Amino acid sequence: MNWAAVNAMYMSEMTRFFRTIAQSFISPVISTSLYFVVFGAAIGSRIDQVEGVSYGAFIVPGLIMLSVMTQAITNASFGIYFPKFIGTIYELLSAPVNFLEIVLGFVGAAATKALFIGLVILGTAALFVDVQIQHPFAMMTFLLLTCLSFALFGFIIGIWAQNFEQLQLIPLLVVTPLVFLGGSFYSISMLPPIWQKITLFNPVVYLISGFRWSFFGVADVPIGLSLLAIAGFTALCLGLIWWIFRTGWRIRN
Amino acid sequence: METIVEIRDLKKTYAGGFEALKGVNLSINKGEILALLGPNGAGKTTLISTICGITNPGAGSVTVNGHDVVSAYRDARRLIGLVPQEINLEPFTRVKDTVAYSRGLFGKPKDDALIERILRQLSLWDKRMSRTFELSGGMKRRVLIAKALSHEPEVLFLDEPTAGVDVELRKDMWDVVAGLKAQGTTIILTTHYIEEAEAIADRVGVINGGQLLLVEEKAALMKRLGQKVLQIDLQTGIAQVPEALSEYDLELIEGGQALRYSYDTRGERTGITQLLSDLSAVGLNLKDIQTEQTSLEDIFVGLVKEGAA
Repeated sequence: MNWAAVNAMYMSEMTRFFRTIAQSFISPVISTSLYFVVFGAAIGSRIDQVEGVSYGAFIVPGLIMLSVMTQAITNASFGIYFPKFIGTIYELLSAPVNFLEIVLGFVGAAATKALFIGLVILGTAALFVDVQIQHPFAMMTFLLLTCLSFALFGFIIGIWAQNFEQLQLIPLLVVTPLVFLGGSFYSISMLPPIWQKITLFNPVVYLISGFRWSFFGVADVPIGLSLLAIAGFTALCLGLIWWIFRTGWRIRN
Repeated sequence: METIVEIRDLKKTYAGGFEALKGVNLSINKGEILALLGPNGAGKTTLISTICGITNPGAGSVTVNGHDVVSAYRDARRLIGLVPQEINLEPFTRVKDTVAYSRGLFGKPKDDALIERILRQLSLWDKRMSRTFELSGGMKRRVLIAKALSHEPEVLFLDEPTAGVDVELRKDMWDVVAGLKAQGTTIILTTHYIEEAEAIADRVGVINGGQLLLVEEKAALMKRLGQKVLQIDLQTGIAQVPEALSEYDLELIEGGQALRYSYDTRGERTGITQLLSDLSAVGLNLKDIQTEQTSLEDIFVGLVKEGAA
């Protein structure tokens, strides 16, 4: 393993993050506050408890997931797309590094940023509602795995994208709807029966359900299934990235 | 002489069907400066890209110090520094950071003293805290060279290092290359400026249409360059060269109206004075005389035309 290279890539990506630390920190704080004002105070006050949890607290895991998933994808996809776009990718291709090292450096940095933002949101939420975490270890595991798997997914998008529009396409058209419909703001038991079935095809449901379980001990789907889903998604992304580097698809002609 | 880069029957066809390399064989000697000369689209960049790992080879093999660039890419790439043709730099990164980053990428431990030495050598030390987008084109190119040198490569590839660089900077660049050679670095540079190859290379390779047409010691090439031709137009045409002038190896041209005499400008004696007096001795009257020199350009154009035909 070329650890010096992993470190170089990771630190270089993190430098970009620190360069804009104010935006990185402030924007999730503001958007989370807005969600609490709208959903927690304005609408939430008219909603009863959901599965024994006050609505304001109930949406905290979903809110964190929503931001973590989009941030992980955006950071990772941009991180690898940008060198392609400005041409500095030549250096990565000519360096003595393999796919695992590039992934560790780039995806690791994107996941770290997403994790940071997830924790900032958790902290902000604690200012508005009483957040209790029943299974802190499971919570961190789910959070880390989500950061990692979605950063991997974002990395694939970044390699696939050939222009800035494509870079936005998947997050906007696929991920955001899936996250919103994945039970971020509701329990799927609140849906009509037919939709309860359909929604099980949405992979995000499993992640949010598992994550919420680690907070409140209640879940829409069995916790084991949640873990399996996220592990499977991570493995799928890793496999795809391995294939990309083996064939040089869209990076090496 | 020790070979450091060995290219065997290297072929590359791009996805669109374009055959960029049609079986290139080349041995690059340790410590030399090899200039690859060729027009745009000749395959220079593809050749370099394939050695450095940016494009996958189609067929054939490349080894660097015995390490295959595909199967032993780590060992091979560690020895290689690449300065690309395009100025590709992350705009917001500081000069010293981007150079240090390159060193890390190649698996080398942090070494601030070395980075300082490289930046000073390239007159970039004053700019070390600048962000790369603030630099002029020439400075950016220096940063690319600094990045390539940051991991102390044994072989340095410079893809058109002086394209779009002003005359003064080009001279500077040549000095840098000469300095690196003095440190023992093997340098391969591509160019379409013949004078560049002439100024700094030990050997010159001419590449066109994906084929290496010639690789020769520059001295040998220069010898060919030293050839000059004297054309003597005669007042009245002759049918054949007089016997008395046979030692000059004259060529009768333009239907007997002119004579052609080849000589070496760097020889002790060019023989021109003697020839002219011998001409008048055999009674030939001269109308005009003119000389012309074969340049590397002529050789080059000749080769490229042959290759195209």
